[in-house]
Amino acid sequence: MRFRDLSLSVKIPIRVTVLVVATAFAVTITLLWREYEELRRDLANSSASLGGLLATSLVAPLTHDDLWRAFEIARAPVAGAAAGSTVTPRHVTVLDKERRVYVSSDPVRFPFGLRLDALLPTERSVSDVSGFVETADGDLVSITPVTADGVDLGLLLLGYSNAQFRPRYADLVRRAILGTAGVLFLLLPLSWLYARRTAAPLVRFAREMERIGRRSAHAPESGGDTRGDELQRVGESFRRMVAAIDEKESLERQMVIADRLAAIGRLAAGVAHEINNPLGGMLNALSTFRRHGRGDPMALRTAALLERGLLQIRDTVSALLVEAKAGSHPLTPDDIEDARMLALTDGMAKSARLRWRNDLQETLALPSTLVRQILLNLLLNAEHAVRSDGEIECRVHCSDGSLRIVVRNDGAHIPGERLQHLFEPFAVEGADGSGLGLWVTYQIVRELGGSIAVQSAPGNTEFDVCLPVPKAA
Amino acid sequence: MEPSRRAILAALGIGAWALASKTRAQAQLRIGLTAVFLDDEIRFLLRWRAYLEQRLGRKVEFVQRGRYRETVELLREGHLEAAWICGFPYVRFRRELRLLAVPLFEGKPLYRSYLIVPASDSGTRSILDLRGKVFAFSDPDSNSGFLYPNYVLRTAGEPPEAFFKRAFFTWAHRKVVDAVSTKLAHGGSVDGYVWETLRLAPGRLTEGTRVVSKSPEFGHPPIVVRANLAPELAQDLRDAFTGMTRDAEGKALLATLNLDGFALGSDQLFDSIEAMWRIVQPG
Repeated sequence: MRFRDLSLSVKIPIRVTVLVVATAFAVTITLLWREYEELRRDLANSSASLGGLLATSLVAPLTHDDLWRAFEIARAPVAGAAAGSTVTPRHVTVLDKERRVYVSSDPVRFPFGLRLDALLPTERSVSDVSGFVETADGDLVSITPVTADGVDLGLLLLGYSNAQFRPRYADLVRRAILGTAGVLFLLLPLSWLYARRTAAPLVRFAREMERIGRRSAHAPESGGDTRGDELQRVGESFRRMVAAIDEKESLERQMVIADRLAAIGRLAAGVAHEINNPLGGMLNALSTFRRHGRGDPMALRTAALLERGLLQIRDTVSALLVEAKAGSHPLTPDDIEDARMLALTDGMAKSARLRWRNDLQETLALPSTLVRQILLNLLLNAEHAVRSDGEIECRVHCSDGSLRIVVRNDGAHIPGERLQHLFEPFAVEGADGSGLGLWVTYQIVRELGGSIAVQSAPGNTEFDVCLPVPKAA
Repeated sequence: MEPSRRAILAALGIGAWALASKTRAQAQLRIGLTAVFLDDEIRFLLRWRAYLEQRLGRKVEFVQRGRYRETVELLREGHLEAAWICGFPYVRFRRELRLLAVPLFEGKPLYRSYLIVPASDSGTRSILDLRGKVFAFSDPDSNSGFLYPNYVLRTAGEPPEAFFKRAFFTWAHRKVVDAVSTKLAHGGSVDGYVWETLRLAPGRLTEGTRVVSKSPEFGHPPIVVRANLAPELAQDLRDAFTGMTRDAEGKALLATLNLDGFALGSDQLFDSIEAMWRIVQPG
């Protein structure tokens, strides 16, 4: 299991712990560095003051050439200091005017008369009274001039070895580590506890989310996906829930549309039947009137006018009443080609191209008249919608026991709000047609137990009709 | 330290004090001490002074100076009644001083000068092996710590001033031992009595040194008085020193001094020192 897959109840405390430890170490290192600097400064200061004191005391022995007295002075700080003191010089050496050893507290290492050119770096740093000079052998030397009345009598060197400070540094580091450990000992349990408490509600929330998410998404991954921490799992659950809600809403919307269309269909059928009965009577009466009327030209013209109006009503009503018409022969590939011919002769005023693909090869047990009407309606609609030099594509094929008709054009698309009411009668206001084309198409498709779907995006509007072919036809 | 100024100031101080209390000076006995013995053991000096005061029935003051010369000067100028000095200044100012008593070391009023080198130096056989080295003398007015080694060099045909790379005075025998054992000096001349006494003392200072050679015996640094000191006072003082063997406190003090006692001593004890001085003395 990788770290990122660990539970938050472990991961957050670990992160907090790492942060606390890192902070503690950063603070410790900063403090250590400051202490170290302070130690160096302390040493430089104490060395400078010791050097000043010794230099003053050395004036008389140097003027009087009293070697023993100079030795006693040089030896005093080395011999007299406590063994543990860091600021005790390793050696105190006095150089004469010629920069030769006059006397040293360590006469074996620095015997009388030894030239210390190697030990003294440059004239410039010799004149620099403050601070240390690092010698060739890695020791630190602080240099104090011995002067009387402004006259150079010699130089006083206080030599320290770096190794001298190591115990003190080690002590510093040890104390710092102890202090840090103490702080961590106090802080770590507290921060761990705090982090656990912070993580607890998240973990609980994640568990709940997962439970709900799985239930609402009818558990497609019922195996229990435990990859990732709680937040990742919450995200996953949330995504599934949103997808489920989207799907549900889409279904509901389709149902509402279907219900509405069904209601409209019932209403239209009811109205059509109610109109058809008196209409038939009225047309019969008119026919009788024309045959048996007295031939008054005015009356005959009026009767003809009435008849044309009533016939138009009958056409409209019969368009609303879609019924599987008897006597329709089964669908053949030629029927599809007929629809193409009709569409081409009927429209194509715009110089749009038609990409035609008819994969139908056998006769299908579907009423050819209705299928041709569907195809024709969709093609005519596409011709209306397509751009003047656009393209219409029509594919007809049979798959999985269904006839698929797809009509696509690249004209102006149908806005979303109109899609909602697309299949309702007279949905398209100010259109050239009757406003019943898609309604009729929808009714036919429903009649045949199929489905019709529309997708419309700028430059691409596609109608997809799927008609199940009845078995054992 | 500037010895001259210090000496002058000291002399002035002593002089003023002496003038201001001439009557008390009668009663007080001032004894000068030099580094011919371990004169830096203050607690012992307090005890010894108390002992002498009790024996003499008068106040005793020990007057200590850093240089033999200062003590001798104070004595010659009448600021001290007595002093324990080296045989070398004694023979030089014999006319102004009178011998009071001579310490007995190992039963004899004699001592030797030791040539010492650091213990790590096993090669040196004589002072002549130390040519071009750093050498420690005790005091220019010391026999064992200066006159004798000079005499040896001089008689070997070596001018002492050019023989060593560097020679210096420590102004005390103990410090010669110190200088050699710390290897500040490659060799040193030291009072044999002081070296032997240091060997017995805690501190093990002598362990860092090796005795290369011992000189012939010389008269031990004596206790002397001004020639013009009242004879009865001189006699009292002599009795006090020579009588130390007769009581317990005196014996205890002598044991600390690592001496067997004080004896009258003869003036001829110091003739050999005078002879060396005549040879070494320039001109």
